[in-house]
Amino acid sequence: MIYLDNAATSWPKPREVLKAMTDVLERAGGNPGRSGHLLSIEAARVMYRTREYIANFFNSSDPMRVIFTINATHAINIVIRGLLKPGDRVVTSSMEHNAVMRPLRDLQKRGLDLHVVPCTSDGCLDLEDVSQAVNANTRLVVINHASNVVGTLLPIAEIAPIAHSAGAYILVDAAQTAGAVPIDVQAMKIDLLAFTGHKSLMGPPGIGGLIIGDNVDTSIIKPLMRGGTGSQSELEEHPEYLPDKFESGTPNIVGVAGLYAGMQWVMGRGIDTIWSREKELTRVLIVGLKNIPGVKAYGTLDPEKSTAIVSFTIADRRVSELGLRLDEEFGILSRVGLHCAPAAHKSIGSFPEGTVRLAPGMFTTMNDIKRTIQAIESLAHL
Amino acid sequence: MKYGVVLFHTTSAVMRAEKLLLEKGYSIKLIPTPRQFSSDCGIALRFYWTQCEQVKSILDAVSVEIDAIHQM
Repeated sequence: MIYLDNAATSWPKPREVLKAMTDVLERAGGNPGRSGHLLSIEAARVMYRTREYIANFFNSSDPMRVIFTINATHAINIVIRGLLKPGDRVVTSSMEHNAVMRPLRDLQKRGLDLHVVPCTSDGCLDLEDVSQAVNANTRLVVINHASNVVGTLLPIAEIAPIAHSAGAYILVDAAQTAGAVPIDVQAMKIDLLAFTGHKSLMGPPGIGGLIIGDNVDTSIIKPLMRGGTGSQSELEEHPEYLPDKFESGTPNIVGVAGLYAGMQWVMGRGIDTIWSREKELTRVLIVGLKNIPGVKAYGTLDPEKSTAIVSFTIADRRVSELGLRLDEEFGILSRVGLHCAPAAHKSIGSFPEGTVRLAPGMFTTMNDIKRTIQAIESLAHL
Repeated sequence: MKYGVVLFHTTSAVMRAEKLLLEKGYSIKLIPTPRQFSSDCGIALRFYWTQCEQVKSILDAVSVEIDAIHQM
């Protein structure tokens, strides 16, 4: 089997991740911060250690501003639903995933002034369009670091100053890039970073996070949920302290432990090394697909400008049929359709059919890529 | 030997304080928050009262926000 759906979730996971997840239940199975006994305290240590590790990983200065979430969608919703008010202007791109688009479209119905900056057919953004879209009422610029459809990287470090010049925060959806591409929230001037643990950070599903910059005034962001935090238990009002304000209820300690092990695994290999390797796999895949008559590949087709994603179609063929045949006849697992990102597919011109998306990962070999090219070649002929 | 106890607003602050003080070699222990002081956060940090000033200044230096300090 050749697994090329790492943009949906990475697979397989390093053994260390699986071991950390069973270990934590055996060794630190208490409810973190809720009780004062050994197992509870050990669980709280696991949580804090990971908080600190995440802060260092993304070069954020304050571990208290690392919020654990279920996934990137949860992190994005905390900001969008907690910060924005009717009349606020929000600027986003036409390459966004529905994790961004759906909460924004919902608020638009209730008075949000939403402006979607159109992207080119290879998923790129004109900074001039962003500059023209922001105004004095702009509270937030929401932008993906890389598209989940074509992998195109957006110039976050150049978009951030545009947001700041209008007095707005920038929220970056790093679902596709955290662990795959270097991210430095201070150097890139990112105010709010939403990430998931189960993709290139190699953790399990069900854990992600939100990193809140030092300059962000959290008193103006309402929590999505309120509940038990293990702190200020004498009060029936929800606390304002971070990270508790945005973390209610028993946390996913098993996911946190798995994420920690996954990030350690990534750090051990080095993001630059991982990225170089994935670029090489992607480059060979792009060249291979370009040489097959009838195949149309989308995006920049430049591995230096994208993550390890290649989206393609074959003239007059249903993507669902291609995906099924790749799976059944060649054991190649891809993802076909719209990838929860209709706006992105409209931008690249593949709506409503969608594309076949191939996403190599950390365990993909060059041989896997060569076999995949051969498989698509034979599909294109028959 | 008399003990003191530091109370924090959030468990994450307790964990941060524990790590800092252990790294610096202080003999401390995390205990359930004594009910006579607060019900604020489930866990408190116990230390030797003679080291109160040092503990306070270490936590202040890295801006770990303290709720209160009590002698036990």
